[in-house]
Formats: sequence, C-alpha cells, structure tokens
Amino acid sequence: MGIMSTSRIKSPWVIHVNCSACNGCDIEVVAALTPVFDLERFGIVNVGNPKHADVMLVTGTINHRNARVLKNLYDQMPEPKAVVAIGACGGTGGIFAECYNVVGGVDKVVPVDAYVPGCPPRPEALIDGVVAALGKMEEKARQMKLKAKAKKCAAVAEANAKV
Amino acid sequence: MINNILIVVVAIIVAPVIGGLLNGIDRKLTARFQNRFGPPIIQPFYDFFKLMGKENISVNQTQMVYVWAHLLFAIASLVLLVLQQDLLVLFFVLAFSTIALIMGAMSVRSPYSKVGAQREIIQMLAYEPVLLLMVIGIYMVTKSFMIESVFTHGTPLLYSLPLVFFALLYVLTIKLRKSPFDFSTSHHGHQELIKGLTTEFSGSQLALIELTHWYDLVILLGLIALFFAQPLWIGILIALGAYFLELVVDNMCARMSWQWMLKATYLVGIGTAGINIIWLYLKA
Repeated sequence: MGIMSTSRIKSPWVIHVNCSACNGCDIEVVAALTPVFDLERFGIVNVGNPKHADVMLVTGTINHRNARVLKNLYDQMPEPKAVVAIGACGGTGGIFAECYNVVGGVDKVVPVDAYVPGCPPRPEALIDGVVAALGKMEEKARQMKLKAKAKKCAAVAEANAKV
Repeated sequence: MINNILIVVVAIIVAPVIGGLLNGIDRKLTARFQNRFGPPIIQPFYDFFKLMGKENISVNQTQMVYVWAHLLFAIASLVLLVLQQDLLVLFFVLAFSTIALIMGAMSVRSPYSKVGAQREIIQMLAYEPVLLLMVIGIYMVTKSFMIESVFTHGTPLLYSLPLVFFALLYVLTIKLRKSPFDFSTSHHGHQELIKGLTTEFSGSQLALIELTHWYDLVILLGLIALFFAQPLWIGILIALGAYFLELVVDNMCARMSWQWMLKATYLVGIGTAGINIIWLYLKA
C-alpha cells in the first residue's frame, strides 16, 4: 500500500450530523469519542466541518425538512468520502418510518457505505461501522481519479471541437 | 555560497519533519494528560498526506494564491533564520505570512472564516509590539540587527534579556494558537467558531496550511533557542522545554476572550519587555 492509501485509512476525520434523532444515538457517538474509547488513537477526529471531513455519521430519520440540509452537507465534503448511517432510524426510518413527514433512511437522500443497526448501537458497533466504511475508501479514491481524468478528457475534447 | 545553498536546502526539507514530529508529540502528550492513549507520533503526517490526496474544492480562485503566499513567506523567514540574516526582516516576512492567511480567510463569504480572520488580526495586534521590543532588546545587547551577531556575542542573551525572554514565551502561546488564546481557529472544530480561520480551506489547501504551521513552529523555537546561542544545544533544550510548558498551559486553560488577551498581552508582554529594555538603557 502506498503512503496515500495508508494515510487515508489512518486519518478519518468525522462529522456528526443529527437528522431528527431522539439523541440516543448521538449520546453513543459522543461516548465513542470520550477517553474510554479514545477514537483519536486511530486518528479519528470529530471536526464538525463538512469541508474537512472524510466520514459522515448520520443519526436519526430523514424528514422533508432536513433532507435538503443533509444533501447540502454531503455535497460540501470533498471526495473521497463515506457515509455511515447510525441506528434503526438511520437505516430504515425505524419506528418513525410510517409517519407522514418521514422520507425514510439516510440512503433515500445520500449514498450510504455502512449501516450500524441498533437502538441505539453500542460505541463498539459504531467504531466497527466506521472501519467498514474505511474499507471502501480505496475504491472511492480510484473512482475519484477516474472521474477527474474523464472530466479533463472531456474538457480537452471540447476545446478541440471549438478549434 | 555552495555551503549556504546546502544549508537552505537541508533546512527546508528537515524543518517540516521536525515540526510535524513535534506536533505529533504534542498530540500524544495532550492525550496522556487527558488519560487517553493518543494517536501515533507520526499522525500529523498521515493527516497531511490524506489531505493532499483529497479532491480540490476552492471557494474562489484567489484562495490558493493566499495559501501559497502563506507557505512561501514562512519558508522565506526560515531561510533568513538559518542564514543568520536580519532579525527585523525575518519578523516582517513572518507577519506577511500570517497576513496572507488572513486575506485568504477574508476572501470567502463564510461568517466563521471572517470572524476567525478578525480575531487573528487582533492576535497580531497583541503580539507584534512584543516581538518588535524583543528585536530592539537584542539590538541593544549586540549592537546589530543581524542574527549572526547573536552567535558572535560573548555571553548568552538570556543573561541580559531575561524579561524579554519571558515576554516571548507568553507571545509563543498566542502565535501557536494554543489555549487560552486559541480563538482564531479553535483546536476542536465542534465549537462556536467551527474552525475559524481555516473553515473554508479544504484538501490540499488545508494540508499546505498545516505544513506552514510546522515551519512556523520550527522558526519560533529557533528564535527561542537564540537566547542561549553559546553553546546552541542548551538553547535548543530550552526551546523544547518552552514547547513542553506550552503544552501544559494548553491543557490547563480554557479559552479567554480577545479583550482579556489584548489587555493581558499589553500589560504583561510589553510591560516586562519594556522594563528589561529600560534597565538595559540605564545600565549602558
């Protein structure tokens, strides 16, 4: 493994997004960041800024109000990025799935890389979820490069067509 | 001439490695202070390379220019330091470096970034007079602004400028943006200011800002080492001790308000440095 791919796995910065969660999962997320579990020893830092983040932890159901906010935050994160849907609500909408205001799970709005089930999940399960999402980082980085290359080729082709 | 070029090249390559390692030790020690295990010492390098490999999103076209200016001015002042050039010029170039970052933060429309930039300006307002007084103090002792003359001077500067040294230690906390003066870019992002000054920088821009921070760290510790230049290794030990002190203070303190910082720095920083200079003046 090259230094870039090692670094990508060794330094995942997370952003925690609460989409109308009951606060149960959020407390578990915060618990995972306390000295007991000490996520910083894996290089995980809670950055609170989508522009610096690599992994997004989303808790709670998505409703018509916050879907727009979640999409906006996701779009602000630079590639390669991963999303972890936390809890029963994050996965499918949970017990709120049938409510008139609820869209459903996180995957209705943004692509999800790992689901962490539980109501709420334990911090260990959360860490497991982030690790699972990191496993997909390498593939994402490769796709990002391909996309950039395709974009460049398209730009060159367009310039040539003009000439 | 060849010798000088060699020194410059080695300094430019080695300085960020030292700065990054010191940063890693900082994170490890801070974790141990808080009863945590902490990240590996090379964690800052992981962060750096990860950021380098990320997608480039810039808010506007000028942003990257400011980031490069921030880095290149810091490298220029490091070159001035290792070639033992003019101390005054070194500080002006270092100030340009910070101003470039402030301009970069001001060039976007995010309120967090703007507030961070305003606070950074206030920080500069607080520490620049103290740094200037330090240069004046060194001039009064060695009769020259050149760093070269510090090395050729008979006795260590610390003996004649103890209070200026204290003021510099005080200023170091502001310059490194550590608690209680970390209000232009809070160390932890999930606070009232998000990441302040660096909120709108992402990917390789953030990596370059981090790199500049390592250069800054080495320059500042080098300046502290100047106070005990004969022999230099004692000076370097003193600089490392000062850095450790910085970590302890960082972990002890909560963030203060900028009004408090301005008052305290003008009183303590300029006060002690001024007393030292008046004392030198009366002695001469």
